[in-house]
Amino acid sequence: MNFKNRDLITLNDYTTEEIKSILEKAREVEKYEKTREKRTILQGFVLATLFFEPSTRTRLSFESAMQKLGGSVIGFAGPEATSIAKGESLMDTVRTVANYADIIVLRHPRMGAARAAAEAIDIPVINAGDGSGEHPTQTLLDLYTILKEKQKISGLNIGLLGDLKYGRTVHSLSVALGRFKNNLYLISPESLKMPRETIRDLRETGIEVHETQNLSEVLPELDVLYVTRIQKERFPDLEEYNKVKDAYKVNNALLERGKENLIVMHPLPRVGEIAYEVDNTKYAVYFRQVKNGVIIRMTLLGLILGVFE
Amino acid sequence: MSENELQVKKIENGTVIDHISAGKALAVLRILGITGAEDFTVSVLMNAKSKKYGKKDLVKIEKRRLTTTEVNKIALISPHATINIIENYKVIEKFNVKLPEEIVDVVKCANPTCITNSKEPVTPKFKVVEVDPIKLRCIYCNRFTTVDDIIKQFSGEEQ
Repeated sequence: MNFKNRDLITLNDYTTEEIKSILEKAREVEKYEKTREKRTILQGFVLATLFFEPSTRTRLSFESAMQKLGGSVIGFAGPEATSIAKGESLMDTVRTVANYADIIVLRHPRMGAARAAAEAIDIPVINAGDGSGEHPTQTLLDLYTILKEKQKISGLNIGLLGDLKYGRTVHSLSVALGRFKNNLYLISPESLKMPRETIRDLRETGIEVHETQNLSEVLPELDVLYVTRIQKERFPDLEEYNKVKDAYKVNNALLERGKENLIVMHPLPRVGEIAYEVDNTKYAVYFRQVKNGVIIRMTLLGLILGVFE
Repeated sequence: MSENELQVKKIENGTVIDHISAGKALAVLRILGITGAEDFTVSVLMNAKSKKYGKKDLVKIEKRRLTTTEVNKIALISPHATINIIENYKVIEKFNVKLPEEIVDVVKCANPTCITNSKEPVTPKFKVVEVDPIKLRCIYCNRFTTVDDIIKQFSGEEQ
């Protein structure tokens, strides 16, 4: 399997075998991360992080991953201090930066931006979120988290809760979970249901998909509850946001009605959809997801830059 | 002479577009920019009987040849249409419209937040997901553009 110089725009471009192999490699990388071995294998490589939208975790996680393997990082965390503020296009920006870096990590508010950037340049591009589109490295870290917590990524009952319409993490994740033959429960207010394109992709994977608005009804079935934030910034209309912003609240009283080994995941940031009281319970794995994010990104940088077999 | 031919007179020189999906003749005229203000004859037959498809529309245009772009646009809204080129009352060429696997720079993506609908120099490109009625999937944002979206664009309702 060869990952060298490949773009990562959506996991649909990767086979299920390739995804498995990335997750296996991540287990190995996690060992290096602990022992601080291989700290110099990306020495001399430059990563450019181009973030046209705010981010805490994804950008810092990529930068941390690159530096833990000895590489260096350039980039920006917002377009304000760059020539984009003067009106420079994304395409011109990436064509320029391609001369400074060996790999680009891009976040942009427009759907399809990462694909378009990747077509324009020769160095590999990793999509770190394109509007309401895809966020494949989040999906890989979510899969890795499920694998570590449940020792498998198939045959589980997984509930995706919250904003399934605008939440890009659940689009990538649901299709990946479908490819690994899990049963999916899509729990959202009517106005935030999963887009029909994603539903079609899910049906093509041949799995059972249950759409509902009622969390308590399906909770006892679940092995994994994946909670997402209702994203204010993606709503075209504030009134619509106010109608659904408090639709779901995950707390200890609710979780006690679930399976003994239920886990609760969240891509973060959260703004109240999971009560703080859940943080110290056996259910909460969302901060471990953050750790797994660094491991997955170290793995991807090593594979795409061709230093890992 | 068939019943349909009786209803619409033969043309001397021009183009006959046959087997247009029923109800789409007016959309075809919009694609061709025909408003009725032209100085040539345009005949439109809608919901005529068709052995193959049950019902069909048909358009005959005097003194007009279609460009490749126009033919490609017709293929999008009416994938079974046939184009007959007429000279001296005779069909000198007949061909079926054909949908390419990839549609490039003919249709705009229906998703307003797609990169192709920004100021970036990115040409819209689609894969054909379903043929009749047409459903396209943007290779950038992955969202669908349907026949209704396409007809709206060709009619100039959406710019």
